[in-house]
Amino acid sequence: MVKFLHRTVDDAFSLSRRSFLISVAGTGVAFGFAPMKVLADAMPASPGGAFEPSIWYKIDREGIVTVNTIRAEMGQHIGTALARTLADELEADWNNVRISAVDTDPKWGVMMTGGSNSVFSDFPVFSRAGAAGRIALLEAGAKLLGVPAQQCLARNSSIVVGNRSVSYAEIVRRGDLGRSFAPEELARIPIKLPSERRLIGYRADAIDIPAKTNGTTHYGIDATVDGMIYARPKIPPTRYGSRVRWIDDSDARKIKGYIKCITLEDPSDTVPGWVMVLATSYPAAIRAADLVRVEWLVGDAVNVSEQDILDHGSKQIAEPNGGALLLDDPGLDAAFRGAKSTLERTYTTNSVLHAQLEPVNALAFEKDGLFEIHTGNQWQSLILPVLAEALRLPQEKIVMRTYSIGGGFGRRLNGDYAVPAALAAQALGKPVKLVLTRPDDMRFDSFRSPSVQMIRMAFSTDGKIVAMEHHASAGWPTAVMAPGVMPKALNNVPYDPFSITGADHWYNVGAHRVRALSNGLANRSFRPGWLRSVGPGWTNWAVETFMDEAAQTVGADPVAFRVGLLDGSGRNAGSAPNAVGGAKRQAVVLQRAVQKAGWGAVLPKDTGLGVATTFGQERGMPTWSACVARVRVNRGNGAVTVEKLTIVVDAGTLVHPDGALAQVEGSILWGLSMALYEGTEFIAGQVKDTNLDSYTPLRIGDVPELDVEFIDSAEPPVGLGEPATTIVAPAIGNAIFAAVGVRLRRLPIRPAAVLNALTL
Amino acid sequence: MTSFHINGRPVAINVEEDTPLLWVIRDLIGLTGTKFGCGIGMCGACTVHVGGRPTRSCITPIGAVAGAEITTIEGLSLTGQHPLQKAWIDLQVPQCGYCQAGQIMQAASLLKDFPTPSDQDIDAVMTGNLCRCMTYVRIRKAIKQAAAEAPKAAING
Repeated sequence: MVKFLHRTVDDAFSLSRRSFLISVAGTGVAFGFAPMKVLADAMPASPGGAFEPSIWYKIDREGIVTVNTIRAEMGQHIGTALARTLADELEADWNNVRISAVDTDPKWGVMMTGGSNSVFSDFPVFSRAGAAGRIALLEAGAKLLGVPAQQCLARNSSIVVGNRSVSYAEIVRRGDLGRSFAPEELARIPIKLPSERRLIGYRADAIDIPAKTNGTTHYGIDATVDGMIYARPKIPPTRYGSRVRWIDDSDARKIKGYIKCITLEDPSDTVPGWVMVLATSYPAAIRAADLVRVEWLVGDAVNVSEQDILDHGSKQIAEPNGGALLLDDPGLDAAFRGAKSTLERTYTTNSVLHAQLEPVNALAFEKDGLFEIHTGNQWQSLILPVLAEALRLPQEKIVMRTYSIGGGFGRRLNGDYAVPAALAAQALGKPVKLVLTRPDDMRFDSFRSPSVQMIRMAFSTDGKIVAMEHHASAGWPTAVMAPGVMPKALNNVPYDPFSITGADHWYNVGAHRVRALSNGLANRSFRPGWLRSVGPGWTNWAVETFMDEAAQTVGADPVAFRVGLLDGSGRNAGSAPNAVGGAKRQAVVLQRAVQKAGWGAVLPKDTGLGVATTFGQERGMPTWSACVARVRVNRGNGAVTVEKLTIVVDAGTLVHPDGALAQVEGSILWGLSMALYEGTEFIAGQVKDTNLDSYTPLRIGDVPELDVEFIDSAEPPVGLGEPATTIVAPAIGNAIFAAVGVRLRRLPIRPAAVLNALTL
Repeated sequence: MTSFHINGRPVAINVEEDTPLLWVIRDLIGLTGTKFGCGIGMCGACTVHVGGRPTRSCITPIGAVAGAEITTIEGLSLTGQHPLQKAWIDLQVPQCGYCQAGQIMQAASLLKDFPTPSDQDIDAVMTGNLCRCMTYVRIRKAIKQAAAEAPKAAING
């Protein structure tokens, strides 16, 4: 469903419009894509060295392969997965492969890391880039060996014929590697059969890990430059519409190292009302900011709280018009009118903070006519135009330097934190290092919007499902921050795909309607954010809780009920290349998960099993996932103990299996954390929780037994960073129902709510 | 002027005595492996050893460590080969990695106090260290692996 994003990404690398060039560069050989026009213009002059295509990788004279990646490293070990994809086709010796995370440059096209789609999007490109390089090395190596290329094969960074071989290093030193592949030629290069893979699917240590055990990884917060001063902001009372009336820094002046305060003038309106407190050290900036008093004219959000936003969503849902229709099958209204019975339920989720452990920060300065922004970021292409507007500079005059990210989870898709650092550096004419304290970071978070959803189902006289409708209202991050990438729905209304995906599930439910509503009050009151999985975090809570309620209504087993609907017929049959098998693959993971978890066994008192399943982030990139939760409920205080989570995932090919497992482990525990331990509230224009004393993500002692299994598959790789997060909460909710017979319809699940339901 | 040893090296720092140790380590001494997470001692990312004990450097005033021996992640092992670091790599523990210096420093103290820690010991000692990527399953395994494989001398050394 989120095709647009893939399309923009694809545009940058499109194999249909770009040639692949191999050319001798200063210290080795460069391999890269170039648009046709560049090729025509530049190729004849290329020996001069002025020509620079988007170099995807290079091999130096020692045979070291350096793979460039535009993807942000934030714990998913993405560089390792992509380098192994390329190296497998290149037949490179893995010990000679390095990764380089590049800075921003227009030649890279769209730079974005999110939506669990890096491996999915890059796999075809990196495979073909590697394969093209192998072909060129094979041809050049065969020449050096004096035999026809057909007699040679590439292995372990060498071209081999019989017992003779020539290494890639030697070919780079001695061979003639100038070569180009026309787009059609490139597209025809076959990708290896799974049986021929030597790296993909095998265990490998992630390249980024050793530095993360000895303190040498560089995150944005570690960036320094000579002469920089430190800044901490005074965060205004409302995200929008705040204006500074006066500043009193008389107390702050007593702090040694305090320099001054400045009010930011921000043409991009990213940080209205921000005051930057500047000092010669960061602790001085922290202390001084505590003492600086600012009076603001505040925005309307000061009168808005969580329940107002939810009430606004409920009103939108009650109103039959409005919103974006993603599905609107004919006959739906008639099916409801003619139904024997209907089931209607409403589900709610509260705000969720990113609380990524590295508070947002940025170092900005101007050097040699170029504005440099040093910070960890997930979507450079989104924030660069904003920085250009803020600084009143052309984009070409701004570069974002790349750093490891101390927690992304979608927070750093929104690069808003780079803007105040850049503005302050410009205003002062010197380097400024902005670091937010934890409370600053949480108050400035683009948190996950609260949501409200209503689902209805119609049953015929024989208990068959004949129709289903799903209406979902939430703040839409994409509408606020990237409206240009919003696709249009059936009724021509642009919508945020990330805020509704999941509602377009693979169950066959007869006539189906899905309506996505942008909660304007949310969008006006704060900046809704993309938070790990985004919409499926709430849509799957609703869909998978509802499926249990519907099963109960018709007296069916929740698993058998779901499997019956995952029959893979009609639009849920699936299609090549990415969704082969369709809903039937979802049925398989579900059945495997319940088998492993002992579904149907007799359990101790107040203990229950609950199930939930999903196709992941989007129908075009299905990651078939199922979860069974075993929980015990304390009837005395409402506390829920999750004893075990069983997860089965079919993600097609696992490029980096241990990295895949790590992503699923983290996702599951994120799901558990959001289900029971997190959640905040928007109160009078601000989030209620501003530090980790009251905002309490899962700790080590809260981790239940985990049983994770991947389905062995050679289908194309899909995304793994998010899907499992979304099914843990509904599995827990359904398990609570199985244990003690009460139904929870709000996330997070608090003991008080369980107790309340038990005493009703 | 406050003097102390950090990773075996003597330093003398001229800042206000109530300056948090964290910023002295990061910004003045330049050892950036120790991280800033919450500023209130709730996340453990800033954990260092002061006199061999795990200490939250974000809430420790520099004046309180005068004369102390401080060890940071950079000084845990000269070669990065502490049994915990080896187990951390072997089991591929870190994801984003931001909390891991604090996790390892906390775990190093744990192993001194409980050379063969039970799950309860691990829960009790490591609960103050938040991992937002939620690598807890591997942290637990790695602590146990290091405990099982490390000669006690290596841990105590």
